[in-house]
Amino acid sequence: MIKLEDVVKTYHMGQFEVRALDGVSLSIRTGEMVAVMGPSGSGKSTLMNLIGCLDVPTSGRYFLDDDEIETLGGNGLAEIRHRKVGFVFQTHNLLPRLTAQDNVELPLLYGGGRRRKARAREALERVGLGDRTTHRPTELSGGQQQRVGIARALVKNPSLLLADEPTGNLDSRSSEDIISILADLNANEGMTVIIVTHERAVAARAGRIVSMIDGAVVSDEDADEWENTP
Amino acid sequence: MSFPSILMTALSSLGANKLRTGLALLGIVIGVAAVISTMSVGRGAQQQIVEDIESLGANLIFVYPSQTPSGVVGTITLQDAYALIDPGNAPAVAQVAPEITAFAQIVAGREGTSNQVRGVTPEYASVRNYEVTSGSFISARHVRNRSDVAVLGAQIARDLYGHRDPVGQPVRIDGRQFTVIGIMKSRGGDNPFGDYEVMAPITTVYFRIESQRTVQGEISVQSVSVQTKEGAPPDDAIRQVTSVLRLRHRIAEGDSDDFIVNSLEETIQTVQDAQNTFVIFLGTIAGISLLVGGIGIMNIMMVSVTERTREIGIRKAMGAKWRDILYQFVSEATLLSLGGGLVGAMAGVGLSTVLDGWNLGDQPLRTVVTLDITAIAVTVAAAIGLFFGIYPAARAANLHPIEALRYE
Repeated sequence: MIKLEDVVKTYHMGQFEVRALDGVSLSIRTGEMVAVMGPSGSGKSTLMNLIGCLDVPTSGRYFLDDDEIETLGGNGLAEIRHRKVGFVFQTHNLLPRLTAQDNVELPLLYGGGRRRKARAREALERVGLGDRTTHRPTELSGGQQQRVGIARALVKNPSLLLADEPTGNLDSRSSEDIISILADLNANEGMTVIIVTHERAVAARAGRIVSMIDGAVVSDEDADEWENTP
Repeated sequence: MSFPSILMTALSSLGANKLRTGLALLGIVIGVAAVISTMSVGRGAQQQIVEDIESLGANLIFVYPSQTPSGVVGTITLQDAYALIDPGNAPAVAQVAPEITAFAQIVAGREGTSNQVRGVTPEYASVRNYEVTSGSFISARHVRNRSDVAVLGAQIARDLYGHRDPVGQPVRIDGRQFTVIGIMKSRGGDNPFGDYEVMAPITTVYFRIESQRTVQGEISVQSVSVQTKEGAPPDDAIRQVTSVLRLRHRIAEGDSDDFIVNSLEETIQTVQDAQNTFVIFLGTIAGISLLVGGIGIMNIMMVSVTERTREIGIRKAMGAKWRDILYQFVSEATLLSLGGGLVGAMAGVGLSTVLDGWNLGDQPLRTVVTLDITAIAVTVAAAIGLFFGIYPAARAANLHPIEALRYE
């Protein structure tokens, strides 16, 4: 369960203070699939970073399950990220030196655990890349790279999967594949999935759509209601 | 992150950029090789000197007159020296060889040189391990009669007489005519000074060349070489010699000695200590290049951290803790310097082996490689890598995950 209460996040850009989030309150239940939409600069990536425990709010409170995130230090955040959060990035952020298998194994290095190789292979099989384990990112297509990125995010079985414009660099066919995988993980494994996107077609696959402008949530609707708004 | 994972990650990062890794390694390789080879040359010189001293003869104790703290200048007479052979007072003493030295003009035909003349007794040859190759050594009769006879070292004999046989030839010492009665065997490389010795009976040198006498009309000597009996502990001999001399010099209980007694072992120890300081000094100078190598590693690590900012961000997003990132970069730097240290150790040992026996002027260069020096050099190299790796690694570990992920 995710609960943000009046969260403010400000950044300093030189002399200017930028209010990336301006009092956001939001609750997301475990097992929901939520799309976050909004123009660039609306604060959706900042929101994702906070929900993903990469950063803490300037003010306000954030609860992830039972943990009060804004009270944690760097290592506490790293621990939560490791246990609960899987990230899928727009630019997939794979390490070019490593094979698909090694990239997927990466998160497991930081938590110990057994059967790392086998678990990495299973994750690749779940995204349909069981035959590409020894390929390096440059030897894979954009869609395949993003699927490796998803495999890396889900290898730890996180309760929360965050995807920041996962289809931003992909053609529509690959986008469809990626969204299907994410929707499938949400439906069959009960993972909470939050997707930041520009694309209505992508957002339409979510059960709930949150729209943001200028660091504030302007609408928060079920998919059915949203379909009917222009 | 487990130790094998850290190691594998570090190795794969280093392997990814082989040229850079190699160049960073080179600084440490040169540093370690320099430390090992300079110290091996120093150790070689040390061993050479110790062997030179040991070649003076085994079981030696030296006795010198000295000044007491209250300012009394001591003398050791010829009688003092011979009193030391008394088996009743000093059972550990086998032989004594008193000696005095004087500087004199040595002339043979048209050849001449200014040289030390050593006044000795017949025991000198056996106590100091000298052998005569032709002719004979100074005898007790020569000493008694203050005979004008001289025994020459191999090199000075060659210098003065060329290829002629000097035995039976005249030699002038400070204008006084002597007869050469013997030539010493060359001592070769281990003690070149011995080959320039000119020896004459101690009485002759004392009365004819130095022209001195003590108040009592006794000969005072400059030093006495005492050979101890085989198997007798040198400390026993030192104690016996001291008590005999104190008795003869009538030194009261509690007063200081007016002489010094040194064993050869002590002398070697003193020289070795001095040499050790020198060897360490050499090693430290060479160690500076190791330090420079360490700074090179730090530089490379800084570049590496900057280049891999995004990788650090990804790892942090995946749950890497502060210490995971720190260990990753520290282990890379340490592996780099440890690898460099091992390669440098091989290069240093190789260089020392090549240098051993290299001819530099008179004496061949001697190098001695010891395990302790090699181990210390490699350990210091690894420690330097660890030290210089910490700062770049801490910078990496301190990066904010979001900023690191955004880095282009």
